[in-house]
Amino acid sequence: MSLQDSTGQLEEIIGYCESLYEDVDLQCVQRWKAAQPGRRALGFMPVYVARELIYAGGVLPVGLMGGGDQVEIIKGDAYYQSYICHIPRSTIEMALSQRLDCLDGLLCPSVCDVIRNFSGMWKLLFPDRLCRYVDLPQNFNPSIGGAYYRREMDLLMADLEALTGRRPTDEGVNRSIELYDRNRTLVEQLYRLRSDQPWLVPTIESYLLLRAGNVVPVEEHNQLLEGYLELAPRRTFRVMDNIRVLLVGSFCEQPPLGLIRTLEKAGCYIVDDDFVLVSRWLTRGIGAGADPVQRVCNAYLNASTFHSSKYEGNQPKRDLLLQRVAQVKADGVVFCAPSFCDPALLDQPIYMSTLDNGGIAYTAFKYAENTGQFQNIREQLGTFSDSIKLWSVQAAKEMH
Amino acid sequence: MSNPATHTHNVKKDDSMLRQKNMLSEYYRRVSFAHEEGKKVVYSFVPGNLTELFLTFDLVPVYPEINALQNGMRKVSARYIQTAEKIGHSEDVCTYVKCDIGMLLEGNKGPTGERIPEPDLLFLSYTGCFTFLKWFENLACHYGAPVALLHTPYQGDGTITQNMRDYMVRQLRDEIIPQLESISGKKFDEERLRSMLRLSAQAEEDLVAVLQSARLRPSPIDAYFGGVYYIGPIFTAFRGTQECVDYYAELRREIEERAAHGLGPVTPDGEMAEERYRLVVEGPPNWTSFRDFWKMFYDEGAVIVASTYTKVGGVYDTGFRHNPDDPLGTLADYCMGCYTNLNLPSRVNLLQRYIDEYQADGFLVNSIKSCNSFAAGELLMLRELEKRTGKPGGFIESDLVDPRYFSAANIKTRLESYLQMIEQKRKGKVH
Repeated sequence: MSLQDSTGQLEEIIGYCESLYEDVDLQCVQRWKAAQPGRRALGFMPVYVARELIYAGGVLPVGLMGGGDQVEIIKGDAYYQSYICHIPRSTIEMALSQRLDCLDGLLCPSVCDVIRNFSGMWKLLFPDRLCRYVDLPQNFNPSIGGAYYRREMDLLMADLEALTGRRPTDEGVNRSIELYDRNRTLVEQLYRLRSDQPWLVPTIESYLLLRAGNVVPVEEHNQLLEGYLELAPRRTFRVMDNIRVLLVGSFCEQPPLGLIRTLEKAGCYIVDDDFVLVSRWLTRGIGAGADPVQRVCNAYLNASTFHSSKYEGNQPKRDLLLQRVAQVKADGVVFCAPSFCDPALLDQPIYMSTLDNGGIAYTAFKYAENTGQFQNIREQLGTFSDSIKLWSVQAAKEMH
Repeated sequence: MSNPATHTHNVKKDDSMLRQKNMLSEYYRRVSFAHEEGKKVVYSFVPGNLTELFLTFDLVPVYPEINALQNGMRKVSARYIQTAEKIGHSEDVCTYVKCDIGMLLEGNKGPTGERIPEPDLLFLSYTGCFTFLKWFENLACHYGAPVALLHTPYQGDGTITQNMRDYMVRQLRDEIIPQLESISGKKFDEERLRSMLRLSAQAEEDLVAVLQSARLRPSPIDAYFGGVYYIGPIFTAFRGTQECVDYYAELRREIEERAAHGLGPVTPDGEMAEERYRLVVEGPPNWTSFRDFWKMFYDEGAVIVASTYTKVGGVYDTGFRHNPDDPLGTLADYCMGCYTNLNLPSRVNLLQRYIDEYQADGFLVNSIKSCNSFAAGELLMLRELEKRTGKPGGFIESDLVDPRYFSAANIKTRLESYLQMIEQKRKGKVH
């Protein structure tokens, strides 16, 4: 295959992913459902749900991450005060404008009080549609939090049975686990490639690839990732004089694409981030085997990543952040959180003091999913990037 | 439209008020000298507080929310909030957290001016508020104290399931109690806990009688502004004690006497003479301008006959009482039943019940800028209640302890317009 061919195919993959990103009416989900009678789709809010169980039931898990800057808010603002983040108002807007009608239900995992209360709003607005608040255990002891979670997942299985008329079999769950394990491997490869050679994988592309996984079946998503991973290393992009940054705080409401592009244009290679975290929540594969539902539960207990919505227990997240910075060889950290996002913003002082103590540079700004002005952020990040290049210890050594 | 509706002569504090004042003074003295007196200090939250359990181990409970609101009333919260913001706390987040952290950074002087000791344990009762989790993670960093987490599952479907209850009881039995034993150096005494729970139930009975007295016309109490004083002892360090029982028995007697004489509530400016409007309020009050805020209501003859804020530390008026026969199960039920642990449909049902049972003219939301647990969804609750009851709903906005978000003129104008709307509705001019 010539370089031109592979470039064309990469553009095709990313173009397709971008079209999925822009598909705020979820036409792709409608098409998937229409292709076979009896198919169901279940929406879920950030950050984590066990997609393996949903898909095993023949139900398409559809990740909802708000309307971005594409959905004009007409009704949604009447449901939320100005001091509540943006993602629930655009999601309500989408629901009230029938864009989410193809979803047969909604799962709201325990990420914060706003999403928690959103589950109640959904129940009031759509009393006939399935809505479940998934209270992920904050106790990670298998006989306590584990026992509780298992029974909650059994409830989810009963919901799925009610939706489709058949209970997911162990064989089906195992097949689904294998597909998602493969997906996790591919996503990790993508992130490793980005960390090793960030000039080959612009963040905007990896982001669009991850977002595609929210709305297409996992088999199709795996194909997209495989195609991209095969072609991207053949690129001959020029290495830029960018700093390497770890981006923290964008796990729920997502920044608009323009903002993600701005980050890299400002002289930063984003070598790790927490976008679309559902695809990286588990830090290792689940593995098919006996009692697969229990295996999914065990994976949550033992292999969940550190995160603002998860109690840190005896693994302080500040230490884990430092480890991550070292792993990806980041020059600095960019705190990029949505306005009014309690989990992300309440973690920042802890992280900042840790980075101060470790002599690691950082900068912070906030956004909303429909932010339209990026110039100030570009200037802030450009200055951050320049300061690291000019004044970091390493730069000082090189000068001498 | 303002027309003072109070009798300002003979402003006299009731015996229960003086009793509560003495109880709190003695409590803060106990807190300040806890370490000197060989006691261990445990920080915890009001919703889902397990005071009886702490007292069983002779631990001294400290409630950072209470310190924050007291600092708000003492007008020092603004400085503390700014101190916290200087170390990176966002202007967007909970002002209780920032007030508490600012107080810590400035020497941890409590509401009485005496130093609050550092915690020996941070008891993270994660009940109905996600921010609690982050708050104590931040405190753990500052203090280096151990954390005991009690994860209270949310009533997402409006019920407490057996699975949720089992989860709570297992946490209490297998993790929390051993941690409390380890911190206190004392063995768990279940009999002692049972006897405290018996006292809790007694006090709860009297509290409910006090709150339900507002069904009368005129209401002898204000169940929001006055209510926050009534809930003080039972929501904090006194539940499960004889002191608490005595306080509520005395309070009940006083209120019943007021009711028997057809008297209205006591306000800071004296007795309320005329009850013009009966309102139900959703949401916490503003603490930095608490008296001014209250005055806006009683100047207009508006009495709050029921409120949801007075249920954050326990919803007792729907029947729950601590049950000494099932000590851990009842603590679990208590935590899961706190107001902010109820889902939105349950909150709407409760408000609807209040509007009906207390014959309210309308309901008002005081939406708190920095409290997502309460605020997210309140606009829909307002609509839903208007639809169900036909009563007018009002909406005002303020904050817990950040004075920058209390705009007196704005709130007063909105309140006056709202009360005019009730008047128009009474005259049949608004449908």
